[in-house]
Amino acid sequence: MKTTHILPMPLSDRWLIGLACLVFVALALLPLVASALVVDKLTLLFILIMFAVMWNLLAGYAGLVSVGQQAFVGLGGYAMIRLVEAGLPPFPAIFMGAALTGLAAWVLSWFVLRMKVGEFAIATWVIAEAIRAVVSFDPLIQGETGTSLVALNAYAPEIRRLTVYLLALASMGVMIWGTWRLLHGRIGAQSQAIRDDEGAAASVGISTFQVKQRIYIIASVGCALAGALWLASAITFQPRTAFGVQWSVFMLFMVLVGGLGTFIGPILGALLFFALQEIFGDFGAWYLAGIGIVAIVFALYLPRGLVGLWLDRGCDEPLSMRKRLGLAPGQTPRA
Amino acid sequence: MLESLIQGILLGGYYAVLAAGLSLMFGVVRFINLAHGDMAVLGAMGALWLVQTMGFGVPAAIALTLPAMAALGWLMQRLIFERALAGGFLIPILTTIGLAAALQNGMFAVFGSDTKSLGAHIGALSWSSWQLPGNIFIGKLPVYMFVTAIVVLGVLHLLLTRTPFGRAVRATSTDAEAAALCGVDARRVHRWAAAIAVALAGLAGIFLALRAQVTPFSGPMMLIFAFEAVVIGGIGSLRGTLIGGIALGVAQTFGGMISPQFSILAGHCLFLGVLAFRLMRVAANDRGGWRSAIVAVFLHRDRLRRKA
Repeated sequence: MKTTHILPMPLSDRWLIGLACLVFVALALLPLVASALVVDKLTLLFILIMFAVMWNLLAGYAGLVSVGQQAFVGLGGYAMIRLVEAGLPPFPAIFMGAALTGLAAWVLSWFVLRMKVGEFAIATWVIAEAIRAVVSFDPLIQGETGTSLVALNAYAPEIRRLTVYLLALASMGVMIWGTWRLLHGRIGAQSQAIRDDEGAAASVGISTFQVKQRIYIIASVGCALAGALWLASAITFQPRTAFGVQWSVFMLFMVLVGGLGTFIGPILGALLFFALQEIFGDFGAWYLAGIGIVAIVFALYLPRGLVGLWLDRGCDEPLSMRKRLGLAPGQTPRA
Repeated sequence: MLESLIQGILLGGYYAVLAAGLSLMFGVVRFINLAHGDMAVLGAMGALWLVQTMGFGVPAAIALTLPAMAALGWLMQRLIFERALAGGFLIPILTTIGLAAALQNGMFAVFGSDTKSLGAHIGALSWSSWQLPGNIFIGKLPVYMFVTAIVVLGVLHLLLTRTPFGRAVRATSTDAEAAALCGVDARRVHRWAAAIAVALAGLAGIFLALRAQVTPFSGPMMLIFAFEAVVIGGIGSLRGTLIGGIALGVAQTFGGMISPQFSILAGHCLFLGVLAFRLMRVAANDRGGWRSAIVAVFLHRDRLRRKA
C-alpha cells in the first residue's frame, strides 16, 4: 500500500517566517531611535494590518463578505469609553472593550449568519448604522459631536505614544500568529471547505454554523481591538467616524489588492494601502476616488490580487494554507 | 397621527422608485449593485448641474437626465457588471463597493461638499399644500411625486407583464440558460434591465433633490433605504416593492414623531424585524411549522441535542 503524506513546510516559507520574526523584534526596538511622527505612522500601519488580516479571515477563509465590520470597530471604541467612564484605567479598557464586543458579536451571529451572501453584506451594514444611532443616543457621546478620552491626558504624550505603539505591535503580532495557528488547524480546513462549497462541507459532517460563528466572533474581536487602539491614538470618538462604512471599504481594498484568501495577501495590501495614503493622501477626494477605481480594476482583472500575479508566474504561494501532499515513488495523483 | 400616516405613505412612493431599480437588478440580473444609491445621487447632481449651471428648466433637466442615466446603466452593465458577474458571488460586491467609493469621492471633488437642492427652482410648488378636512395639510409636491411613482411603477409592471420584452425579462430571471435555449439574448435583456434600473435610480435622486437636499455622500444612506424597502416588501415583485417602500416611509415618519434622530432608526428596526421574522419562519418550517418548532426548541432541547 502506497501512502501519501503531508510534506513539511518549504524552505522559503521558513526563511520568510524567520525574517518576519526579525522584523518584529526590530519594530519593537524602533522607538528607541525613531521620531514621534514615525512611531505614530507605524501605529496606524499596525492597525491597518490588523483590520486587513481580520477581514481576510472573515471573507477569504469563511466566505462571509461583510460590509458591516465598522459595527465592531465603533463598538470597541465605545466600550472602551464606557469602561474608562466606569473607572477602569484606559489601557486595560482597550482589551476589556474588545472582549465585551465579542459578546455582542456572539449575540448578533445567531441572526446574521443565517442569511444569504447579499443579505449578509447589507444587513451587517444596516446593523452597524442601527448601533451607531443607538450609541449616539448615549448622553456621554453627545450625539454627533462625540467625546474625547480625557483619561488618556493623565499620561505624558511620550509614554502614551509608546504604550499605544507597543500594544498595537503586540496585538498585531498575536493576531497574525493566531490566524496562522487557527488556519493551520482543523477550523482552517473546515472554513475553507465551507467557503468553497457549503453544502458539500455540511455533507461530510462539518458543523458549518459553528465554524462560521467562531470565525465571525474572532474577526469581530480583532476589529474591536484594532478600533480601540485607533481610538487610543486618535483620542476623539465621533459616532459618524467610528461607525463609518469607510472602515469596511478600507479592509476590502487592502484584502482585495493584496490577495483574498491568501495568508500574506492582506499584509501586502495593508502595506500598499499605507504607502498610497502617504504618497497621495494629500489629494483628498481625488485620492479616495482613485482608490475606488483601483478596487474596480483589481476586482475585474486581478481578482487574486498581488499574490495572484506571483502565482501566475508559476511560483508557489508563500505561506500557503494548503497542505502539500507528497506522493510515494510510482504513485500517480488522482484528479 | 393621520397626517403622519399620509406623509409616510407619500414618502413611500419615493422609496419605492428608489428600491424598484435595485429590485429589478437583483431579480433579473442576480446582481446586487452597492453603488445604486450613488447612481441616484449622480442623477440628482446631473439634473442640478443642468438647472444651476446650464440654465435649463427643471422639467427639461429631468427629461435630459433620465435618458442619460439609462445610457449610463447600459454602459455600466456592458463594461463592468457583466465581467463582475462572471467572477462568482464575491466579485460583484467588491466591484460595486469600489464603484461607490469612486462615485462619491469623484462627485465630491467635482461638485464640492455643499448640500444642494432643486427646491429653490420650482417656485411655490416646494411649499404649497392642500388643506383636507380635519385641519390636515398635504404638500402638493409629495402628492405629485407619489402619483409619478405609482405611474412609473405601473408602466414598468405593464412593460414586464404585457410586452415581448417583459416576457424575455421574466424568462431570463427564471432561468437564464433555458431562456437562452429558446432564443432569448440574456445579455441584451440584462443590459436593458440595467438601463431601466439606473434610470429609476436617477429619478429617485431627482425626487430627493426636489423634496430635500443631496450631498455627494447621500448615496450610502439611499442604498440602505432602497435595500430595506426591497427586503420588507419581498424580493422580485413590484407590488411588494411599493408596499415595502410605503411601510418604510410610514415607519420613518412615525419614528420621527418621537424624535428626529429616531426616524431612521425606526426604519432600520422595521427592516431587521422583518428579516428576523423571515429567518425564523424558514427555521420553523424546517422543523415542521411554528408550533412544533417552539416545542422543539424550548421543551425538548436536550432530546434534540442528543439526536444531533
